Amino acid sequence: MSRLAMLFDASKCIGCKSCQVACKQWWGLPASETTQAGSYENPADLEPNTWARVTFHEYESDDRFQWLFLAWGCVHCTQAACVDVCPTGALKHNALGFVSLEREACNGCGYCTQACPFKVPRMETVNVLTGEARASKCTFCQDRASNGLTPACVKTCPPGALEWGERDALLEKAHARVEWLQSRGYAQAQVYGETQLGGLGRLFVLTAPPEAYGLPANPQYSSLITGWQQIVQPLGYVAVAATTLGLAFNWLATRRARLSNIEAVEPEATEESEA
Amino acid sequence: MKVSRRDFLKATGLVAGGLLLPTGTAAAAATAATATIFPLHKRLGEATSVCPYCSVGCGVLIATDVHGHIVNTEGDPDNVLNRGALCSKAQSITQLSTDPKRLHKVLYRAPNSTTWEEKSWDWAIAEIAKRVRATRDATFREKDGEVTVNRTEGIAWLGGAANNTEDCYLASKFARALGIVYLEHQARLCHSSTVGALGPTFGRGAMTNHWVDLKNSDVFLVMGSNPAENHPVSFRWITKAMEERGAKLIVADPRFTRSAARADLYVPFRSGTDIAFIGGLINYAIENRLYNEEYVKAYTNALTLINPDYRGPDELDGLFVGYDPEKRTYDQTAWQYQTEKIKVKVKERDASGNEVEVEKEATVPRRAASLEDPHTVFSILKRHFARYTPEIVERICGTPRNRFLDVARLYCSTGAPDKAGTILYAMGTTQHTVGAQNIRAYAILQLLLGNIGIPGGGVNALRGESNVQGSTDMGLLYQDLPGYLGLPTIKQPDYQTFVAKYARTSFWANGPRFFNSLMKAWFGDRATSQNNFAYDYLPKRSGDYSFIPMFEALHRGSIKGMFVMGQNPFVSGPNARFERQAFGNLDWLVVMELFDTETASFWRAPGVDSASIKTEVFLLPAADAMEKAGSVVNSGRTIQWRNKVANPPGEAREDIWILDRMMRAIKAAYQGSTAAKDRPILDLVWDYGDPPQAERVAREINGYALEEVKDASDKVLVAAGAVIPSFAVITSAANPEAIACGAWIYGGYWAPADDGTGVIMPAARRRGQNDPGSLGVHPFWAWTWPANRHIVYNRASARPDGTPWSEAKKLIWWDANQKKWTGYDVPDFPVTRAPEAQANAAGAGLAAQSGSDAFIMKPDGKAWLFTPSAMNEGPLPEHYEPFESPVANPLSGTQFNPVVKVFDTDLGQDIGDNVGTPDRFPIVCTTFRLTEHWQSGAMTRYLPWPSEAQPGMFVEISNALAVERGIRNGDVVEVLSARGAIKAIAMVTARWKPYTIDGRLVHHVGMPWHFAWQGIARGASANDLTPHVGDGNTNIPEYKAFLVDVRKV
Repeated sequence: MSRLAMLFDASKCIGCKSCQVACKQWWGLPASETTQAGSYENPADLEPNTWARVTFHEYESDDRFQWLFLAWGCVHCTQAACVDVCPTGALKHNALGFVSLEREACNGCGYCTQACPFKVPRMETVNVLTGEARASKCTFCQDRASNGLTPACVKTCPPGALEWGERDALLEKAHARVEWLQSRGYAQAQVYGETQLGGLGRLFVLTAPPEAYGLPANPQYSSLITGWQQIVQPLGYVAVAATTLGLAFNWLATRRARLSNIEAVEPEATEESEA
Repeated sequence: MKVSRRDFLKATGLVAGGLLLPTGTAAAAATAATATIFPLHKRLGEATSVCPYCSVGCGVLIATDVHGHIVNTEGDPDNVLNRGALCSKAQSITQLSTDPKRLHKVLYRAPNSTTWEEKSWDWAIAEIAKRVRATRDATFREKDGEVTVNRTEGIAWLGGAANNTEDCYLASKFARALGIVYLEHQARLCHSSTVGALGPTFGRGAMTNHWVDLKNSDVFLVMGSNPAENHPVSFRWITKAMEERGAKLIVADPRFTRSAARADLYVPFRSGTDIAFIGGLINYAIENRLYNEEYVKAYTNALTLINPDYRGPDELDGLFVGYDPEKRTYDQTAWQYQTEKIKVKVKERDASGNEVEVEKEATVPRRAASLEDPHTVFSILKRHFARYTPEIVERICGTPRNRFLDVARLYCSTGAPDKAGTILYAMGTTQHTVGAQNIRAYAILQLLLGNIGIPGGGVNALRGESNVQGSTDMGLLYQDLPGYLGLPTIKQPDYQTFVAKYARTSFWANGPRFFNSLMKAWFGDRATSQNNFAYDYLPKRSGDYSFIPMFEALHRGSIKGMFVMGQNPFVSGPNARFERQAFGNLDWLVVMELFDTETASFWRAPGVDSASIKTEVFLLPAADAMEKAGSVVNSGRTIQWRNKVANPPGEAREDIWILDRMMRAIKAAYQGSTAAKDRPILDLVWDYGDPPQAERVAREINGYALEEVKDASDKVLVAAGAVIPSFAVITSAANPEAIACGAWIYGGYWAPADDGTGVIMPAARRRGQNDPGSLGVHPFWAWTWPANRHIVYNRASARPDGTPWSEAKKLIWWDANQKKWTGYDVPDFPVTRAPEAQANAAGAGLAAQSGSDAFIMKPDGKAWLFTPSAMNEGPLPEHYEPFESPVANPLSGTQFNPVVKVFDTDLGQDIGDNVGTPDRFPIVCTTFRLTEHWQSGAMTRYLPWPSEAQPGMFVEISNALAVERGIRNGDVVEVLSARGAIKAIAMVTARWKPYTIDGRLVHHVGMPWHFAWQGIARGASANDLTPHVGDGNTNIPEYKAFLVDVRKV
């Protein structure tokens, strides 16, 4: 059984923004003050309080004019830059395979916002005086998903453009749909997300090239980021471990000391280095 | 493995249900394994309700906190209409109920004051009653000439399509008891032309099919509507048809819309030229013999012969025979059917009670043997539309000929008996000076293709407000009474003349009984056969009291007091600046609302000197749809009951409570009066409990027995005090006077009924899932008027001989063994009337119709391709230009609809009924809605989420026009019409392209009309620019085609 995933079929989307507002409704995310600037898109970008958003692009190709709608939010990469760079483990792949975000664990470093090839995570200032911030993004409604529900955006989608299920089954469906769309005159119909970054948790059926939707055809992230995860962070853990070892000796030497704090660090460090 | 929703909840240990499972149980099983890793962060809710926005009627599940405040809104997966889906507005229901801007207290604005004051309910109700009595007494007219009219033209009522049916019924009763004739609401502005066209054509004015039935269609023609935007959940069913059955979607629209984005075939056409476009399709279907000949001959008046004096626009330069240019009306004599007298044998009882056969003479329409006879409706139709060639379509509409022919080929393919095409339309069709005739054109095309009465077919009016069908059914239009019984006119001075108007040879033969039962419901034992059912208690109308004339009367100052229940005319009315100015002439205004709307606060609008406005305003805080009980009727005529699932804020009250308190106070104010004019108030039956119960109002609308109801054989049909099971009881009772029924068409909606599992409950509360035939009829889900028929005129789903046209479109059929009609829907036909049954021309009611007369509400049992009466501007649709047009009519010398009333109040003034000409205003403008907002914004612009998603006013402009005028995307521009100027943000887009009309380049632009100066999402009002001109039949304003200019600021 493959992991749970979302399929967005752009050929069914009506651009109604129901997903955008359903997300706010379920998570109680406040509205921002927005302005009309000559577009149906609003808010103009993902925000700490906007995890799902519909984008609108006009696209003229040889054969037809299209108004492209995209239900956008975190795509839950398998090779997730945000997870790789997160120094605290706040961002990680949870048991459902989603990229989850544990806000309490976030230290507000903002590395994830720089690393994400899709620019998804956003920082929310939680204390204006100290400038303390937390990352914020879609979690695939992990509470709903783990209770047998579909994410709020999927459930509400009027035309059923958003679907939820096993990734393999959705991929099969996506490919069949693309074939059907090509037979109905959408020559550029394609699946997106099958292979990118090890496979995305949010799959797409598109009726135009990814770039026409503002999506990178081949999303990548810097090897420096990978380096952080693979080299620098382990080195850090080595350092932590060395310190711990030192402390342990210290503890042995001085018999009773505060063990609990150290234990709280260690299991997480282990989990991170395994990820 | 098959797991039901609730079983699964049990399995996962979840008790707070209301969840949607992924459709495949595999996914459920997948997540079941990982369940409860993360607990739900809030409750989901089990309380069911229905969304208060558009007319799809989506089910919602509501969760509330301990204070009864909403904390979560989910789509109801068991609701057959939406199956868990919701649009962005429905997702904002939480904010609608809990937003701090909701009115918590009664507010009062004293004459010339600049502020609101908080007041108590007791004070406000008492003061309102005083004003009502004073104004009514000062303006009441008992006579108009010799005729008793018992009316006041000094008080008006507006609203409310967002209210529950029970609210609307009480409003209707309240208004008519006072003698109000200026009784109007949103339906005038959105679909009055629908009723004005579908009624004369088919017999009823409503959507013929229903939402779920869209899944049965083969070709959709979306024209004059934008369902992706305005009825998003309709796309659940459209997408299903496209995905599972390969259905094709055609979108014909001036602009490329969100619906067009999903179309197989998008074609542009100029706003206001629907008749030319559809006329072209009609011509194509006839020329290529793609019509269903058997259907057309049997079910329409195609074979009926018309007066030989008839001449049409093909001969009279755009006019029909009989036009009087002075009066701007037609003498319709030459449009009439030819008739003949025939002898028929009738069984009667003689003086001694024995049945005898007597010969009688009857007058019947003459029908030809062949369609080719030159005087048949069909021949006239063929000649009339022969002018609508692809070339003329291109010249008028600007639609490239080849693309028009693509549409013609695809859509007319549904003339095959195993195919169904449906037309989905809304305000883009209705809001024109030829609005009703636009819809007539649709109806004619659909009849020719045999698309009426069948699954996946129909002329489907997509209604805008959640309950505009219910409010219309309850008679909140000046010319009507609940159940479409018609308000008496001055030409019906007495009861006998009035009831004679009901057609003798159709189901309307029962009209007098339905009217009597309404009068029993309103006036109880004061309405009897001895006193003509208190006929004179009702006001009589002498003219046109529709929305535009109402505002002209306000401008004159003849209306002194006004009630507004859930309507916001200062955003939604045409020529809104003029209407705002007119409002200041009122002495008093009572507004029942959720928020402080532009209408309630008109006296402090920007640029208005509050101190100069004398109007007293009472702003009464009302409960929203989640906060009160009652029913709501969707576009497909399905009546769903909503329980109260949340508490209203502060001192806000249910509308029936407000109406009840006002009527009690008004009755008290008149206590002791002996004047005849006050009897309707004092004798009005008004007893709904204290506090009033919506269920008791429902009982009265449904109908109940005042005493035992019996049939001719003395069998008891309904026990005293019980609700009637159906309006059939009214038609069959030997003592119909024993029945009080507020709206006969709702007879049965509140009667005990089986939900398909043996559980009995009031029909409108049912949630049964069974769907025999899997056509989406869902006969056990709630209750659908009339008589739980989901697809009306469904007799036409079978051939004249009673067999289905095709297996694919099988709905009802004649079962020869059981000798009755059977199938998946309730037959819209007498159940035991055999297909071969002969008409008895001397018989009354349906006895005068045959077993293949599928349109039982029409006097000849036929759908009317040609309307010999009922349509003011002609028996067939003819293309006329909009009132304001950039071009001369390419088809004839008759420029615009020759019967429209042209208003010219304050012509030439800054604010007045000014008319734009193309030299100053060369650009065609239309208006539209956005999915994020709803109507005048009174239920969305105050809420943060919808306002965030669409924060303000804009105007959509083509790249070509933008280049011509030096406008860039996002610039502030000024849009000007003869009525005024507004500012908006330019949205420059490839979705708009200029047209070539009759060889000339014509630009067009469009604007949303939701915005105004209150709330969060603010902006200029598009309706400041729209004209005060209405359709030739129902006076629906022409919002959708007028002239403007656009300038960079």
